[in-house]
Amino acid sequence: MSGPERTLRAASAIVGVADAASPTGELDLHGRALEAAMVKEALDDAGLELSDVDGVCHAESSMAVAEYLGVHPRFTESTMTGGSSFEVHVEHAAAAIAAGLCEVVVGVYAATPRSDRTQGRPSRRRLPAGPNPAAEWEWPFGLRMPMGPYAMAASRHMARFGTTSEQLAQIAVSTREWASRNPRARYQSPLSVKEVLDSPLQCAPLHLLDCCLVTDGAGAFVLTSAARAKDLARPPVYVLGAATAHDHMMISQMPDLCVTPGAVCGPRAFAMAGIAPADVDVLMGYDSFTITALLHLEDLGFCAKGEGGPFVEDGKTGPGGSLPMNTNGGGLSYTHPGMYGMFLLVEAVRQLRGECGSRQVDGAEIAVAHGSGMVLSCMSTTVLGTEATLG
Amino acid sequence: MISSPRPVEPPVGEASAPFWEATRAKRLVVQWCTACERPIFYPREVCPVCLGSSLEWRDSQGRGRIDAFTVEHRPQPSFADEPYVIALVDLADGVRMMTNIVGCRPEEVRVGMEVVVSWEPLTDGRNLAVFGPAPETRAGGAR
Repeated sequence: MSGPERTLRAASAIVGVADAASPTGELDLHGRALEAAMVKEALDDAGLELSDVDGVCHAESSMAVAEYLGVHPRFTESTMTGGSSFEVHVEHAAAAIAAGLCEVVVGVYAATPRSDRTQGRPSRRRLPAGPNPAAEWEWPFGLRMPMGPYAMAASRHMARFGTTSEQLAQIAVSTREWASRNPRARYQSPLSVKEVLDSPLQCAPLHLLDCCLVTDGAGAFVLTSAARAKDLARPPVYVLGAATAHDHMMISQMPDLCVTPGAVCGPRAFAMAGIAPADVDVLMGYDSFTITALLHLEDLGFCAKGEGGPFVEDGKTGPGGSLPMNTNGGGLSYTHPGMYGMFLLVEAVRQLRGECGSRQVDGAEIAVAHGSGMVLSCMSTTVLGTEATLG
Repeated sequence: MISSPRPVEPPVGEASAPFWEATRAKRLVVQWCTACERPIFYPREVCPVCLGSSLEWRDSQGRGRIDAFTVEHRPQPSFADEPYVIALVDLADGVRMMTNIVGCRPEEVRVGMEVVVSWEPLTDGRNLAVFGPAPETRAGGAR
């Protein structure tokens, strides 16, 4: 295939992954020590050494992390788009590898909001630098972050398309079915639509169980060239397509609350990979809230705009369904430390390697990690495939 | 009720002093690019379409329609003592702004409802634009 839109296809592969989460919601390590543990685990998984690493990705400071690890990279990446940062990092690192800027890139993330609170450690939350329109045009009105903007999107979707709270709840229910097969998931017991609807309203129309968890969590990936990936410890998982789009920072500037920028980057990533939605065996679609996942299904083309509610109603995103989605239990039931996109990539890779035990999707060859950052602001789509998809 | 004064009052941004000055007289104004003949919100130093700086302020009609909203059911005690509504309102002038919906019960609020501006005092003499049901639609409900 030729043309600039296909230039990243299968140029690089994820060869190592790691993640950490616990049913207690808390981890023993935190900060750089936790990040270092993830880097070590992902490199061990790949059969690579720290000395092989010549690129570092981190959503706050790739420089600080590289210094701590003693790495002197020639590719550095600190793009911060919220929860989709890690899909953006894979895209940029894949481009850098394809251009010959570097060969072995490590991306890492750790956040421990839950144990920070129980252990009395200082919060890592920071305000944005420089002028901040949100302080002037949003904060005075008491919109709770990040829940409020998503609730607004849900209200708009319901009014425009007739989407119901029951349909949104079904997403949480199907995701919990997956979580019951993940021994590290925070919540593993069965969930009913009624329980979701009976959970307290937070920002209406969203109930507590429409919302993601707040847990500790961490993860890492190792990306290298397709050539180098061939004789490492694990089967390579190739980056077939990658694309990113954003169209606002504040929810009040979002052009249409029913259409995310995933409607732009999703089709672009699929085109680069040369796939259609029907080719996707596993969808890891960022589920910060039930409405978030529903919007991904429409914007990525798994169903038409407005039909997400009826689409999920029969539980087809759960185990045994036609579109396995968020097979680790998602941000809704597995883990959500604040920027969840790393876990989408890790689970997608494990599914394609056939390592997922009782939640394994049989014969999975193509998986999509679709990250969502800030308040439906920045979407980034990574299409991954096994060796068999290269032919 | 939402607390008065509010725990968070808006700062005056680099480009928005005329907006806030007008609120002292309870006038809602919108910035326009005279080259593109388009309204701009939030206020900027340059037009986000042409990057030109031939900008001016025009009086808003002060009415609009609710595009989306949420009811905060767990208010911070410093902000409100009961559930309240935050909405995005599409002004008839062609811009969208965040606001609170006041003057009706949260359960009466609907997407598509027509609303008109009203004003809440800030502590420095400025006023904050909030919105309530338009008089003629109050009884009839949403469209």
